[in-house]
Amino acid sequence: RLAGIVRPGGDMQWCFSQVKGAIDDDVAEADIISTVEFNHTGELLATGDKGGRVVIFQQEIENKNQPQFRSEYNVYSTFQSHEPEFDYLKSLEIEEKINKIRWLPQKNAAQFLLSTNDKTIKLWKISERDKRPEGYNLKEDDGRFKDPNNITSLRVPVLIPMDLMVEASPRRVFANAHTYHINSISVNSDNETYLSADDLRINLWHLEITDRSFNIVDIKPANMEELTEVITAAEFHPHQCNTFVYSSSKGTIRLCDMRVSALCDKHSKLFEEPEDPSNRSFFSEIISSISDVKFSHNGRYMMTRDYLSVKIWDLNMESRPVETYQVHEYLRSKLCSLYENDCIFDKFECCWNGNDSVVMTGSYNNFFRMFDRGQRRDVTLEASRENSKPMQVLKPRKVCAGGKRKKDEISVDSLDFNKKILHTAWHPQDNIIAVATTNNLYIFQDKVN
Amino acid sequence: MSGDNEETHTAEETSMDEKEIQDKVISPEKAEEAKLKSRYPNLGNKPGGSDLLRKRLQKGQKYFDSGDYNMAKAKIKNKQLPTAAPEKTEITGDHIPTPQDLPQRKPSLVASKLAG
Repeated sequence: RLAGIVRPGGDMQWCFSQVKGAIDDDVAEADIISTVEFNHTGELLATGDKGGRVVIFQQEIENKNQPQFRSEYNVYSTFQSHEPEFDYLKSLEIEEKINKIRWLPQKNAAQFLLSTNDKTIKLWKISERDKRPEGYNLKEDDGRFKDPNNITSLRVPVLIPMDLMVEASPRRVFANAHTYHINSISVNSDNETYLSADDLRINLWHLEITDRSFNIVDIKPANMEELTEVITAAEFHPHQCNTFVYSSSKGTIRLCDMRVSALCDKHSKLFEEPEDPSNRSFFSEIISSISDVKFSHNGRYMMTRDYLSVKIWDLNMESRPVETYQVHEYLRSKLCSLYENDCIFDKFECCWNGNDSVVMTGSYNNFFRMFDRGQRRDVTLEASRENSKPMQVLKPRKVCAGGKRKKDEISVDSLDFNKKILHTAWHPQDNIIAVATTNNLYIFQDKVN
Repeated sequence: MSGDNEETHTAEETSMDEKEIQDKVISPEKAEEAKLKSRYPNLGNKPGGSDLLRKRLQKGQKYFDSGDYNMAKAKIKNKQLPTAAPEKTEITGDHIPTPQDLPQRKPSLVASKLAG
């Protein structure tokens, strides 16, 4: 196990850049942020919320006169992606909450993203319009039709510039393929297909075809009484279009190769860390449940997040992770209360930086953690309105697990477990991070010296 | 004599403290497990088993269920059912709800505050 060495004033310092969202403490449920994702260039940053809405921010062109300020992210487009629905067969309400957003790599002027709720995936096209036609022959400019008897000449309409308008339109709706709740979507490197995973099944779709999908993983037991584990996350390999992984509630990760068979129920590799049976407790399985799995950008590693730790796995070694980072080990002696208030079931995500040297994940009390793999350092930072002066450097935080609390430390019992950072994202090419608190989106960047 | 009692009492306490400390040193998890089991003695021994998972698979708010159906059959006025359209003369309790009668949950009409 690697423990990071925290050095105050280390090489990397993070500064506040922006915060989006309402200041008031009274949070409407619809405003709870449920997913955050940069696009492949980092120019666009998308968020989804419990109310089914998507907000996309765009990074402005850099101000070359002031190099110490990186450009800001401003609202580019916002739209209602999903709406609440009702499943009459099961008498269940289908939430409009956006579980995941995934961007497609850009192929033309328009941008495309996939957004999903529990049951339906949608492909959205976001396009810009900055010209409009003027000078029609049969219509006035305001749209009223001309009297044809009054038209005596013919002209060619011209395109004139107009204020930029960004339009979002749903291009595909991929519905009715999931009995259980969708937890993941992942676009294949072939840019033609993508997978969607629910608790028990994974389906493969073609982006152009909405009335059919292929089931590639099915772990539903014949008798539901025998159910022992569920699928918690799934992702395609970033380069190998035949490879994907899925994680389970029992802490295992299965790597599958679609070339082997149509139904990938037999894994090609099974990643599992052996557990000391004498250490097993009531909580062991629950805290081993993997809430997120992410391949590294270089495709050689994958990272998993379970309740208390982040693990890095070498794809060539199934027997144990190559690195383990403790996110908030002090919570191990609070598991009873965390079970009672359901926090033990919180699903934290994790992410890699652009060159796979640092990983990040969230925690409670609006804290988030970064682990520098190469330098063996870790830091705890906080997203809060108190530290939101422009370019204010974030001060590292420390939690006191027990014993005498030092000045500036916060004791475990003072942590606010309602302030969870579940979703974070790292710009693919730059040191800019997006951190979502319950209803606010913080953007931090590293200090440019 | 009181001295003897004190000694015995202390010895017991010490050995219990040591065991507790030992448990905590060996596994804070096990200490937490003991705490949970003392609060909920009926807690099953298969924590990750079917029950928890099946609860997870069924998450979702039920809008109405067979209970409403049975109540309507028994002609109990159900306040949750929306009043029937003016043209209809049926009493709510006699009327088995159809999808059209269900109160539709309106999607958010307000823009996200992130865009504000």
